[in-house]
Amino acid sequence: MTNALTDTVLIINSKDNVGVALRDLKAGERVVAAGEERFPLLEDIPASHKVALKDIGEAEEIIKYGETVGVSTKEIKRGSWVHTHNLESRRWKK
Amino acid sequence: MNEITGFRRNDGKVGIRNHVLVLPTVSCVNGVASRIGKAVPEAVAVTHGHGCGRGGPRDIEILFRILTGMMKNPNVGAVVLIGLGCEVSNVKNLAPMIADTGKPITILNVQEDGGSLKTAAKGIEAAKSYVAALGAQKRQPIAWEELLIAIECGGSDAMSGVTANVAMGAVSDWLVDRGATVMFGENTEMIGTAHVLARRAKDRKTGEEIEKMVDRAEVLTRDIMGELASLVISPGNMDGGMSSIAEKSMGCIVKGGTSVIHEVVDYGAVPARSGLVLQDGPGYDADSMSGFAASGAQLMFFSTGRGTPAGFPTVPVIKVASNSRVYRAMEDDIDVNAGLLVEGKSLGELREEMIERMVRVINGEPTKPEANDMGVFTFMTIHPPF
Repeated sequence: MTNALTDTVLIINSKDNVGVALRDLKAGERVVAAGEERFPLLEDIPASHKVALKDIGEAEEIIKYGETVGVSTKEIKRGSWVHTHNLESRRWKK
Repeated sequence: MNEITGFRRNDGKVGIRNHVLVLPTVSCVNGVASRIGKAVPEAVAVTHGHGCGRGGPRDIEILFRILTGMMKNPNVGAVVLIGLGCEVSNVKNLAPMIADTGKPITILNVQEDGGSLKTAAKGIEAAKSYVAALGAQKRQPIAWEELLIAIECGGSDAMSGVTANVAMGAVSDWLVDRGATVMFGENTEMIGTAHVLARRAKDRKTGEEIEKMVDRAEVLTRDIMGELASLVISPGNMDGGMSSIAEKSMGCIVKGGTSVIHEVVDYGAVPARSGLVLQDGPGYDADSMSGFAASGAQLMFFSTGRGTPAGFPTVPVIKVASNSRVYRAMEDDIDVNAGLLVEGKSLGELREEMIERMVRVINGEPTKPEANDMGVFTFMTIHPPF
């Protein structure tokens, strides 16, 4: 079965609060995941980078693969880019 | 149509290939094995850089385990073992270790069999007769429970943990549900996820073994790389969207799926349990694959994002591209394009295709690395040579 709408974001696990951009995405573009149109992006997201699927508060866990991959260092709005500027590793801090 | 077939061995194991293995005990006689391989192209002649010069007990343990494991691998139907005579892993020590398999073996020693040319001539004769004998053996139905399938990733890119490894994980779960044993390793690429793996362990003891294995890998990485240890997550990884070592490692361990982890198996050792098991082995693909083969893996999956064509001499390796660009750039080397996951193909659809392809490969269809003769054989050592 091929999705009617081509996905722009992959949600790996249903527990995840971030998705993965499947190509370079532009601010204002709407997220399509699992064939379903969702919400607009607040900023550009490079391919294979993470986008917040919901509003995330400061010091909340960032969940990808259904597991914690880091902690937010500030509030992150749905549709924002999530990376080292707003995510802190719990180990091997640089 | 998931009927699978293979070759039954005297020790009760099943192979999905019926190879004649030509194996040198030590690098000094590699040329003899190569000569036999050229004369008998149906045989699988391998070479390697080991066999002597490393004295530590751990290195000797690995040396014997990998060489005997190569011969014991169920895909091998007969062995021509080429010794020198004065090496650590000499035939007198090695050959008895595979006696219990009942596998046909011809043992030669260059120092006793007239030098390299005469030894090669004897080896050619033996290999030819084994090729003829194995050629007459018929495939028989086998069960998934009889298979050990290993999962590797290498030459990874930012999409490896998003497409190819997720797809291999889905296949892994399917295999475990059918009673197969699935193994993955690369302990350095588990750093930051020990707690995730330990939580999935069958019991507390197995969980503790997982934690210890990953701790050792982390300590070793820091000892060897010092300040550069942070490069285990590299600037290139970060450019690709990885924000933490845990995220990178999750993308790696997802290739094993989500099943219960039953055992931590030492490098090249044979698992005692079925289901999903972990190899305590290195991240370097070539060394890792030799460990899987010595553990008895009959088949491997191998994802790649940058594009490595490497396979294994005696074990079919199904190569899975993480993106369409590398798939198109190296189409002759890659079996499956998981990059289609970002172009509208569903995970379920891709998984079914991978399972169909796997069944055909088990039943004899060559993988790309097999067709291209891209098998590589080398293995891990701990200490430098003396």
